[in-house]
Amino acid sequence: MSTLQIIDLHASVGDKQILHGVNLTISSGEVHAVMGPNGAGKSTLSAVVMGKPGYNVTAGSILLDGREMLGVPTWQRAAAGLHLVMQYPTEVPGVLLNDVLSEALKGRGRDGDIGRLDTLLRTEAARIHFDEKFLDRPLNVDLSGGEKKRNETLQMSVLKPAIAILDELDSGLDVDALRDCARRVMDATREDGLGALVITHYSRLLEELKPSRVHILVKGRIVETGGPELADVLERDGYEAFKNA
Amino acid sequence: MPVLTPDTARSTSNTWPQVREAALERATALPFPTADEEIWRYSRIAELDLASFHPAATVSTITGVSEGARVTHVPASAASVDASLTNLFDGARGNDLFSELNLAHMDVIVVSVARNTVVSQPIVITHTADVDGAMCFPRLVIDAAENSEVTVVERFVSADGVRSLVVPVLDARTAQAARVRYLGINELGTESWLIGQHQSVGQRDSDTLLATVALGGDYARVSTSARLEGQGGNTRQVALYFAGGTQMHDFRTLQEHAAPRTTSDLLFKGAVQDTAKSVYTGLIKIHKNAKGSAAFQTNRNLTLSHGAWAESVPNLDIETNDVKCSHASTVGPIDEDQLFYLESRGVNPDVAQRLVVLGFFDEVLAQLPVGDLAAPLRRQVAAKLSIGGAS
Repeated sequence: MSTLQIIDLHASVGDKQILHGVNLTISSGEVHAVMGPNGAGKSTLSAVVMGKPGYNVTAGSILLDGREMLGVPTWQRAAAGLHLVMQYPTEVPGVLLNDVLSEALKGRGRDGDIGRLDTLLRTEAARIHFDEKFLDRPLNVDLSGGEKKRNETLQMSVLKPAIAILDELDSGLDVDALRDCARRVMDATREDGLGALVITHYSRLLEELKPSRVHILVKGRIVETGGPELADVLERDGYEAFKNA
Repeated sequence: MPVLTPDTARSTSNTWPQVREAALERATALPFPTADEEIWRYSRIAELDLASFHPAATVSTITGVSEGARVTHVPASAASVDASLTNLFDGARGNDLFSELNLAHMDVIVVSVARNTVVSQPIVITHTADVDGAMCFPRLVIDAAENSEVTVVERFVSADGVRSLVVPVLDARTAQAARVRYLGINELGTESWLIGQHQSVGQRDSDTLLATVALGGDYARVSTSARLEGQGGNTRQVALYFAGGTQMHDFRTLQEHAAPRTTSDLLFKGAVQDTAKSVYTGLIKIHKNAKGSAAFQTNRNLTLSHGAWAESVPNLDIETNDVKCSHASTVGPIDEDQLFYLESRGVNPDVAQRLVVLGFFDEVLAQLPVGDLAAPLRRQVAAKLSIGGAS
């Protein structure tokens, strides 16, 4: 059982304050959605939790099972159980998926899985209809938007993080790929107890990825938290009602 | 068996000693180059004191000679040689001091392949420059007759700490429809210098690959010039160079199109770490008659340390409109987003850097003419990375 606590998180990029005190707690097996309009700070939140360079945390805390993650290097946050499914996965020419995941598993002390990584990859690829031929491609190079997101989902499935942040999983995805990826995430919450923090614009994704809690992020603050019905309110009324909250 | 080429069919009055003596005379008359000349700009030529070296025989071993290839080794001490060899040097001239010195002192290895002959196995030549204060002048002639095919690997090795100077010349002649694949590997020790030239001339529908991997040496410079004289000819020039410590790798390239519908492609990728330096200057030259030609040139450099320095200067000289040309050049550190991506999977930063650098070089390794060498060369690059160690 793992818990990620984001407490009073303030963060800036350059001179610009983006997050103005975000509070959010998510535990294993749960799906939470963070929804918000453009510029609300959704991507900043995911970048800061993972420790991406270029963001300054000016106040607050990010605790994973009580351990402070701020100041911990990105790779150690990942090894501790945090994972980021990226909105725009980076192309890394000449670097193979297999090599990266081997190193990643080594860092987690999962040497046994390195030996059967090939089988793991093939099994996981089949589950989300990711063509096996892409397994031998350099990371994200010459992959379509949908293939990149399947690749992200595949990596998450193999690495089995405690808590994953899915940053706009639905952007660039067609309906089939969206369903494949979303279902795999839902399965992981049941099979591996994954806690999934789903960041999205649209409620469409939430038809497949069913959240127990929905948080509305506006101007760097969570202005409303509720059950799944909150997404329906958003779908009906838009963000306007929350903008002055 | 004399090799019959248009050159050898012509009669010649040259004798073997005359080739050398004439070159030595020309060399003696030439001034020592300086970094003020554009072609030596950025180089460390001012540090070279030729008088501190003595000419010595090149120590070479040759393996992998299989059926179809004729390999002749003529040491500098040979007083006379077969007329067919003399004919290969009919009118031979160097284009600078070092190529003239090479002609004057050369130890020659000639690889000849008769027409319509495919040599299946790569020929591997290893030159060892392990004598302190010695300079050696290996010259490799690859003479591929019509529709023949051959692959030659030339390795340069010396022990760390040995102050030696290697002045090699590659002279590749790719006849009509022939295929020549060459790979030069610089594995010299920490104190050795290399000042070399690669020259190829391709005839109609020929295909020539000149590949270089430079890892060693203190200062190592290769000028590589690929000339296309027959229509439909094609050349590829690729290089991987990786300098660390206080090393400097220095490349000057020429893609010369002197016939219609010729194509050339060049991909040079380098990395520098610590306080190492690298230079790339490249020229695409398209003559007026080379209509319908295409030439591409790409040079990419990674600077892995703040103290490291890389220069990249691409140039075009095009005399006709009917061509397709492009050049691209970059110098910069490893992409931060690539590192973050790998680190966000839980890969430690040193390993992530190593993976990204090896990935960067993969594009060149994949094009080497001897696929079996890619893995060991990749390991040598990994071992050399001061970040992340080797594994």
